[in-house]
Amino acid sequence: MTERRIRVLIAKPGLDGHDRGAKVVARALRDAGMEVIYTGLRQTPEMIAEAALQEDVDVVGLSILSGAHMALVPRVLELLRENGQEHVRIFVGGIIPDEDVPRLKAMGVYAVYGPGTLTDDIVRDIRKAVLGTIDQA
Amino acid sequence: MREGNGVSIAEKVLAGNRYALSRVLTFIENDAPEGREALKALFPYTGRAHLVGVTGAPGTGKSSLVNRLAYYYRHPPEGEPKRVAIVAVDPSSPFTGGAILGDRIRMRDLSGDRGVFIRSMASRGALGGLSRTTAGVVQALDAAGFDMIFIETVGAGQAEVDIARLAHTTLVVEAPGLGDDVQAIKAGILEIADVLVVNKADRPGANATVRALTEMLKLAHPSQETIMHHGRRMVLSSSVAQKHEGHLWIPPVVQTVAIDNQGIDNLAAAIARHRVYLEETGEWQIRDRVRLQSELENMLREALMRRWREGVTAEIYRQVMEDVFARRMAPADAVAILLNGVLA
Repeated sequence: MTERRIRVLIAKPGLDGHDRGAKVVARALRDAGMEVIYTGLRQTPEMIAEAALQEDVDVVGLSILSGAHMALVPRVLELLRENGQEHVRIFVGGIIPDEDVPRLKAMGVYAVYGPGTLTDDIVRDIRKAVLGTIDQA
Repeated sequence: MREGNGVSIAEKVLAGNRYALSRVLTFIENDAPEGREALKALFPYTGRAHLVGVTGAPGTGKSSLVNRLAYYYRHPPEGEPKRVAIVAVDPSSPFTGGAILGDRIRMRDLSGDRGVFIRSMASRGALGGLSRTTAGVVQALDAAGFDMIFIETVGAGQAEVDIARLAHTTLVVEAPGLGDDVQAIKAGILEIADVLVVNKADRPGANATVRALTEMLKLAHPSQETIMHHGRRMVLSSSVAQKHEGHLWIPPVVQTVAIDNQGIDNLAAAIARHRVYLEETGEWQIRDRVRLQSELENMLREALMRRWREGVTAEIYRQVMEDVFARRMAPADAVAILLNGVLA
């Protein structure tokens, strides 16, 4: 009777106070049958890594609109590695200039989403990243 | 680190490894074999933590209260800080099984403190305000050495009373304006309260809520009281008062404003008094036994279900269901047939 659920942490690091996008994504993942831990606004990378550890999530989704992604994302990745959670997949959403996308991916970010992304695509990518397949829940 | 059998990971939990603890909680929650193995290894180390349940209607401020209480135990006015774990349960969607677990939003004051461990759980279809595996998760946290474990239920209505079987001390959180005084005499959630909390006590109507709850308690525990009714003097007395040779616990009504950190010291004092009461009356041990018994019975029920499923083919199950759907067979007869595993 093992029941496996994909667990996702949706976090907003940094100082921008707009979490509409984060909530829309959280809701879409919920509707796709995932368990979504939502931490609210203005999280430090330390708070995010700690929550990821305590909640044993498969995926961390970072919503960043402030432009500080090149500082925040590497710090979150570093802390996750320090905690032994290098297997956790990182997704970044928000306002990310095109030229930064390959740099983020090189750091280990699984995917980057800008405005207009279909939530179905995010759901599909997360399933693929966690389960290695796209048709299982 | 990701893999590992239940026993070796249990050893890491006992050694204080936080990520091992987190993994064990996942194994338990998923009802994985590693989780059952780990729980077996951890069981001798359980039974030390004070388990405090927090329940009440959605939006009464349960998460904010737990946040403040946990902070209080981490920074007590006197004595050593206690290690605090929080298990926060939110509902799963009955349609997709997905869930939004948002209790951490109110608990940011606790971040960065390694003496605190917060775990969010989805109810995964269980209806009593907890999830089926919450008891196991609490056991693992108990073995990991947390002194206080707060268990926050799904925002509960009136009948989600499972928490009273799990916790030593149950806080029922109310807020002003949620119902009239008839709500206060209904059976169910108020009956399980060891401490009644009126949160948001700065809001209009707080006094009326406190009054209604206090009146309800007087009716439930009329140790001996004289009241005037239709101009007649009536003496009420109750057998409840004799229980525990005079040690009677009457749930106190505590007012708090969690977001302003008001009344938290009074609430902590009430929790401490309840613990003393439990220990002095032997109730602590009784509740421990009741909890273990109900956990054992739940496991037994599931084991019996598993065993039964092995003895019944999908074909028989489908045929019997078809007969029930067509109203050729009553459900009670279907049960009798399915229990035997063969068609008559």
